[in-house]
Amino acid sequence: MKRLPDDGLLEVRDLKKYFPTKRKGVFVRAVDGVSFRLKRGEVLGLVGESGSGKSTTAYTILGVYEPTAGQILFKGQDISTGLARRPLALKKEIQIVFQDPGTSLNPSRTIGQILGVPLAVHRIGTRAERQQRIAELLRLVELPVDFMYKYPRAIGGGERQMVAIARALATNPSLVVLDEPTSALDVSVQAKIINMLMKLQRELHLTYLFISHDLSLMRNVATRVAVMYLGKICEEASTPELFANPLHPYTQMLLSSIPVVSKAEEATKPKRIRSTGEIPSPVDVPPGCGFHPRCPFRTEACSREEPAMREVEEGHFVRCHLLGAGVPGDGQIH
Amino acid sequence: MKMEDSTLVEIKNLTVWYRVYGGLLRVLDGVNLSVARGQKVGIVGETGCGKTTTVKAILRILPKNAVVPEGTIMFQGRNVLKMRGRELQELRGQGIAMVFQDPTAALNPVFTIGQQIMEVIKYARPGGKAKEWREMAVRALKEAALPDPERLMENYPFQLSGGMRQRVCIAMALATARTLLIADEPTTNLDVTIQDQVLRLVRRLVEEKGTSLILITHSLGVAREMTDLVYVMYAGTMVEVAQTDELFDNPLHPYTLGLLQSIPKLTGGGVTQGIAGRIPDYANPPPGCRFAPRCDQAMPICSERKPALFDAGGGHQVACWRFAAGGEAVA
Repeated sequence: MKRLPDDGLLEVRDLKKYFPTKRKGVFVRAVDGVSFRLKRGEVLGLVGESGSGKSTTAYTILGVYEPTAGQILFKGQDISTGLARRPLALKKEIQIVFQDPGTSLNPSRTIGQILGVPLAVHRIGTRAERQQRIAELLRLVELPVDFMYKYPRAIGGGERQMVAIARALATNPSLVVLDEPTSALDVSVQAKIINMLMKLQRELHLTYLFISHDLSLMRNVATRVAVMYLGKICEEASTPELFANPLHPYTQMLLSSIPVVSKAEEATKPKRIRSTGEIPSPVDVPPGCGFHPRCPFRTEACSREEPAMREVEEGHFVRCHLLGAGVPGDGQIH
Repeated sequence: MKMEDSTLVEIKNLTVWYRVYGGLLRVLDGVNLSVARGQKVGIVGETGCGKTTTVKAILRILPKNAVVPEGTIMFQGRNVLKMRGRELQELRGQGIAMVFQDPTAALNPVFTIGQQIMEVIKYARPGGKAKEWREMAVRALKEAALPDPERLMENYPFQLSGGMRQRVCIAMALATARTLLIADEPTTNLDVTIQDQVLRLVRRLVEEKGTSLILITHSLGVAREMTDLVYVMYAGTMVEVAQTDELFDNPLHPYTLGLLQSIPKLTGGGVTQGIAGRIPDYANPPPGCRFAPRCDQAMPICSERKPALFDAGGGHQVACWRFAAGGEAVA
């Protein structure tokens, strides 16, 4: 078995997840060849619009879905199997916080019972020790300890998400998948949740795979950002590099579509590339580059040949024909 | 000062309560709002601050348990709250139209797009011919830059994407109503690239037709890009009003400042702490300024007396006691 470098925690290689449709031989190609690496202590922002496959990627890593093809390596161990065949000790290591705390917490259980579930499943401690751990978890996310006797409906949306975060941390995971953890919340509440998540990440040396549609948020929390479109990563770079020098036309379209609140932010947006068209259905993936029907810079090659992922600068990967040899390169996109 | 006759909507001291089991929810507390002809006005605030209640009152579509103990809503010089029957129908058919947040819920799944738009036109133009209604419907879809409108007329809502459905709703709203468009979080459920397209469409249509716009949004960024004038709302009160550029260059109310700081910026710099606490209980709202319990600059007077909208110069108004000195109460 291949070993990852010491600081590597997760590696995904050419991951594919297809779902069957009613028509025979026709598949929803939700994830269609995704590769990335996640180092210990990193926050990787996986960004994309609805239907881009970002959540399916996360769920496949978690083991909710069995991959159609490709490999998932966690701490050097191949975990490309479904959840049933994954050892319990591994499940402990990878946890998730879901988007909507209104539905991810059992309404008929108290907060204490909810936080006790992962502890019981993984047989952590005695009954008394678990009780202590529950109190400790609540303190960790700065909620009053007597919240353990309350039901989810009795507390606010932001507090519920704090409980969901505490639950994800109950088993001391090393990798936490955050699936749009704040997109159901107002910005003033989002700020609190994000602050807490970043504080926990620093203090507990956590690694986050942060799924989001919000590039402005990723600018402020991620160490690296990967932009997904139609089941593939189209651009990946360190956060400062991606925002200073976005190269894929789709990344540029996304950035230029973001409504901002100041002239300073306005200035960081790429030259106006207008948003046109919509993301196609992953059942009917266009030939060549998946983005070409919406791309203002498409050439004949784009509808014929699928571009390969290319490292244009160190650590900056782009999947676009425009950045190939002989075609106008970076900075030439207008 | 704007001329009297350029004012299209003038809401004064609007108070709305909801009767619920066990008491009264005092939701709107003396809201003032004014929209000039052709103006694009934004109402910004977080969930539960009364944005939707305010515009529902304008259209008189508040739920049955709502009471309006005080206030006037003047539309083209007539009090909407006193209208009845035929007058109300005309108001909704030709005067004001509304686009809702969720286009899937706003469209009827069992009728074609054509049937639904023609229905709207039929009510606004009774006595016309079916052929004219159809032509108007196709024209409305064409104006909304929808591809292949003839075929779209025969489509059912489920055959369209979310963005297309919202464009249909906008086309439908503007098919007959030309005076005021109320858009309630029209792009909240849409992806950012589609949001950009839909917002551009709304702006183009209202500018072409000279329609006034009230845009409700929780996104300060959307308000900044779309409007001429912004009202910031908190817990059923208007806390700050200013021309859009002025508001973003020079925000004054502690709540507006808190909101602006909470937004993650494209320029980076991390995420701030947000605003402590949460929106007050409407059954028992705090006396005085409703933001006082969460305000880090609160003074003793803030929890005793409700601040009026004080003039901070240049048409900028703030409902905050810190601006009372020197400022003149406007309302």
